[in-house]
Amino acid sequence: MTIPTNSDSTGTEGGVGKQLLPSPVPVQLIDQHGEARADARYALPDPQALLTGYARLISGRRINDQANALVRQGRLAVYPSSHGQEACQVSAALVLQSQDWLFPTYRDTVAVITRGVDPLEVFTLLRGDWHSGYDPYELHVAPQATPLATQLLHAVGVAHAAKLRGEDTVVLALCGDGATSEGDFHEALNFAAVFHVPVVFFVQNNEYAISVPLKNQSVAPSLAHKAIGYGMPGERVDGNDLAALLSVLGAAVDSARSGGGPALIEAHTYRMQAHTNADDATRYRSAEDVDKWIPKDPISRLRTYLRGLSLLDDAVEEQFAADAEALAASIRAGLNADVEVDPQELFAHVYTQKTAQLREQADLLRDELSREAVQS
Amino acid sequence: MTQISERAAAPATAPNLPAVPSAAQPAATTQSAATAVTFAKALNTALADAMEADSSVLMFGEDVGPLGGVFRITDGLTARFGPGRCFDTPLAEAGIMGMAVGMAMNGMRPVVEMQFDAFAYPAFEQVVSHVAKLPNRTKGRVLLPMVIRIPYAGGIGGVEHHCDSSESYYAHTPGLTVLAPATVRDAYLMLREAIALPDPVVFLEPKKLYWSKEVVDLGELRRTFEEGSAPRTIGSAVVARSGTDATLIAYGPSVPTAMAAAAAASEEGRSLEVIDVRSLVPFDDETVCASVRRTGRAVVIAETPGFASVAAEIVARVQERCFHSLAAPVRRVTGFDIPYPAPKLEHHFLPSVDRILDTVDELQWEDGQ
Repeated sequence: MTIPTNSDSTGTEGGVGKQLLPSPVPVQLIDQHGEARADARYALPDPQALLTGYARLISGRRINDQANALVRQGRLAVYPSSHGQEACQVSAALVLQSQDWLFPTYRDTVAVITRGVDPLEVFTLLRGDWHSGYDPYELHVAPQATPLATQLLHAVGVAHAAKLRGEDTVVLALCGDGATSEGDFHEALNFAAVFHVPVVFFVQNNEYAISVPLKNQSVAPSLAHKAIGYGMPGERVDGNDLAALLSVLGAAVDSARSGGGPALIEAHTYRMQAHTNADDATRYRSAEDVDKWIPKDPISRLRTYLRGLSLLDDAVEEQFAADAEALAASIRAGLNADVEVDPQELFAHVYTQKTAQLREQADLLRDELSREAVQS
Repeated sequence: MTQISERAAAPATAPNLPAVPSAAQPAATTQSAATAVTFAKALNTALADAMEADSSVLMFGEDVGPLGGVFRITDGLTARFGPGRCFDTPLAEAGIMGMAVGMAMNGMRPVVEMQFDAFAYPAFEQVVSHVAKLPNRTKGRVLLPMVIRIPYAGGIGGVEHHCDSSESYYAHTPGLTVLAPATVRDAYLMLREAIALPDPVVFLEPKKLYWSKEVVDLGELRRTFEEGSAPRTIGSAVVARSGTDATLIAYGPSVPTAMAAAAAASEEGRSLEVIDVRSLVPFDDETVCASVRRTGRAVVIAETPGFASVAAEIVARVQERCFHSLAAPVRRVTGFDIPYPAPKLEHHFLPSVDRILDTVDELQWEDGQ
């Protein structure tokens, strides 16, 4: 359906004559049996790109497993796992160019690492050394957002600034299904559409917001359908199909870069593990519900597909597994080492120059600690 | 409207000299261009000058474009700088604030207008969780040079939600610089300083002072600010009127009231000093306490409900630091602990000259000194 526009001045470029409604079923290019599926609008990515992506899936799964283990060992305070959502994580990082920005949430650790951020700096947050550990400007990755949907507006601002300067930056902003109920989700999409800025909003619909299922969040036909209310295109994609994700997200990023404005992409996936290690998922969903998603796993289908093309064999798989294991080992080693935290740094970054009051308080703490040191 | 002539560049009775176009001649070589300027015009000029000086300075919010803002503080900016530099947004305060955060992250210096004090509340999460915390979260790697302009406080006969004194919410939040000018001169200088600051600023503009006038030379203020010779206002309180018997500590809309009370007291033979705090965060303990140690008595005056307020904090700080100099307990004259009243009742709520003088009378004068 083609949507007429009700505006004729600013913000019309995106809405006029575009197909805004998502496809009736999520776009799928490789099904759960590893079979390629033709799609009229989206082409299968280059097999080499899929092979690269597959290696990242293996690493991503390993990062999730390793982080869970480190929580059990007390090295991480908590870990919101993206087990089962690795295809979303990997594709979000791989579709971006170096000048682009990624706005991740707390569940998007694998995406941040796939973008190239040092895993130990990423885990600063969850290990409890500081609220964020990496330099957002180095690889254009915003701090992982803890409040829901607030970062989507920051993404709009980053894109808006880039647009005003005539840069070709695209911003990919991540959130989950629960966050689509927040007011800031609405305001971010509306601002992005009105100002026609290059943001791709990428919702990982994993069906649960902690314990609350999607049906209690929204009765829209799909979350992607919400896009039409803002005059931007929406699209639905199989969130466990890396090929479809790369193709759909890639098209949205390309469109945004070439002045096509924002888009809303909903990936249908599933949170295979509890919200975090502190959560007990058996209180709100059954093992049978979770088991239904095991055959839809993002890794197994792509493995089948790539082996069918003879791009993947035992030797390559062993290599990918070894790479993932080396990454896990470096994370383990890094997190098993104790890091000194500096109490004086508590006062160092509140303002660019410490206020007189903060100088007093820093001195108070320094004095307390020096007296403790003398006593011990 | 109350005039605060004591700190004006020239007496309020001075003839208004025509302004010399600054482009024609350098300000330093012209005769004084001092003229009666409104608080609103000073803010408007500060915004225009900041935008002229730095192309990364942007102004946006609700009705700030062609209309020039409901108080006309952004008058003419869209016409002069174009719709990319001063523009209207959809009507959503969290959206305005969150977009400003992203723009500040990415090389801009946004100035946003919250149309009225109470209409800033939808943006509260963005302010508290991100504007205030993002620089600390990233160890200073991400700075947020942004200014949140809020027309605030009462005394204008406004309907509900248009008269809140919301400073305590912001002052309680580490990471925010909170300013409240009370004079035309400070309106200009403090807004310029706020825009130039690398830290986020909540800039509280007392609505009832928008149309107050002072004789100032805006060209001279611009010159002193831009060459760096203007005295720094952030973190610095100022003695607005010298006195010896007691100190009135005020900020923003309560400064003219305190000045009027001091004038009335002097007719009764009592010499009151008035401190204009103007920078709520960072707070200038030194200037405030030096005054109280001299006078031995203090009254803090603020429009906000007094409970758990900036006024309460000032009282606590003065008691802690000046206890041995005090001849009487430090007192407060604030609004009552009630929602802001309807227009016909607001004069009962606002600190008045009489209420201030009554409180000064109760500062244990019989006990000595």
